[in-house]
Amino acid sequence: MTNDHQHFIPFPSKTETELRVIKMGEEVILLDFWSSPFGMRVRIALAEKGIDYEEREENLNNKSSLLLKMNPIHKQIPVLIHKGRPICESMIIVQYIDEVWQNKVSLMPSDPYDKAIARFWADYIDKKIYSIGKLVWVSEGEVQEAAKKELVECFKLLEKELGDKHFFGGQNLNIVDVALIPFYTWFYALETCGNFSIVEECPHLVGWAKRCMDKQTVSNSLPDQYKIYTHLLELRNQHLAHLKG
Amino acid sequence: MGEEGSVKLHGMWASPFARRVNLALKLKGIDYDYIEEDLANKSEELLQYNPISKKVPVLVHNGLPIVESLVILEYIDETWTDSPYLLPKDPYQRAKHRFWAAFFEPIFDMMKKTLMLQGEALETAVKELSEKLDVAEHGMKEIYPNGVPSFSQEVKPGYLDIVFCSLFGTQDVIEEFFGIKVMTPERYPLLVSWIDALKQVPQVQEVTPPKEKLLGFLQFLRQKYLPQNA
Repeated sequence: MTNDHQHFIPFPSKTETELRVIKMGEEVILLDFWSSPFGMRVRIALAEKGIDYEEREENLNNKSSLLLKMNPIHKQIPVLIHKGRPICESMIIVQYIDEVWQNKVSLMPSDPYDKAIARFWADYIDKKIYSIGKLVWVSEGEVQEAAKKELVECFKLLEKELGDKHFFGGQNLNIVDVALIPFYTWFYALETCGNFSIVEECPHLVGWAKRCMDKQTVSNSLPDQYKIYTHLLELRNQHLAHLKG
Repeated sequence: MGEEGSVKLHGMWASPFARRVNLALKLKGIDYDYIEEDLANKSEELLQYNPISKKVPVLVHNGLPIVESLVILEYIDETWTDSPYLLPKDPYQRAKHRFWAAFFEPIFDMMKKTLMLQGEALETAVKELSEKLDVAEHGMKEIYPNGVPSFSQEVKPGYLDIVFCSLFGTQDVIEEFFGIKVMTPERYPLLVSWIDALKQVPQVQEVTPPKEKLLGFLQFLRQKYLPQNA
């Protein structure tokens, strides 16, 4: 018996059987896209737990057959593949990671009530920040103004929840920190497109974000804000050109 | 082990989200006080416990509020740790059940939208819903590969059953109201058998609103959204 085990796991397929060989040391695969805040959440969770994994960058205009097999319903990244089985939806993946790798730092509080509070805020972030934030960088005029106002209100509410804690999770990151910090990569784009200053409106939130970025597990998982700005600007220009016909 | 202390649920009889919590509490055999909210005239308590969305359901346990139906279900499962267990113990199965609960989430808004539509727009909305149900019919084969169980004392409904039941437990009444057949056994054999199995469960029967009351409520909403359609 060799040290190097190989698992031969056929993926079920209606059309052809695509066979992949997954080595024991690489049994965690992340299907990802560099600019996705949802992908970033999973990267952070994996880094916090010190888990070795293979990152596979998807071309979203030409999705891999693996992605389409592993997430046939939504066909979206991120998808975590663990021991050949897919887990989809970023916050579901983050909780899965926390529940499987339990001997490492915990991303959830232990008390059920504190867990419920954390889940509530992660859900709040999921419902609000992406869609409202996107409206700020993708639109203009009245739509943009209304979205800006709403986004600042959301951030202020989150600041209130943070209080004077170091992180939402106290001394360590929890799922709320993980859910929210990827949107820090949007701040430059939001401020530039929306013509406002987030640090002026929400200084405590920016303080929190900087503390997160001081952690290597976070800074290594997030792309540079300017790179994101260029990317979002391109999407904005495409969107506005499309609207104008 | 049970948790001592006071348990209150602020709900509304027609809300599928409140129904989930009612059902979970009854399945777990937890004693609680139920407070029926008039959503047009919300209680001070509700607004104090849920200032952010001001919605039902809100579970108040020993004076501490928990909000968002799916968050509440997990809280209940983690606080009252005796069986029946709402969620599976295995992390991969938990992820699967959470995934499907999230998949069903937009359905309430899709159904609510249909109350505001008529003619072609209504047909389109019904088609969208049917296609989503096609995906669910196929997807539920991995949750119930041997078909839906006959629920009993030993096999009680869990988290995903509760979510599905809250949205589709009154499907026949809703279809009667619209005069449209959507959830047919020919197209959705697994989903229909799931509804039928859930309807046999005493706790489900306890939380399901009476048909006439629900029809009256749907009529009231439709008149509100489409007054000329009375």
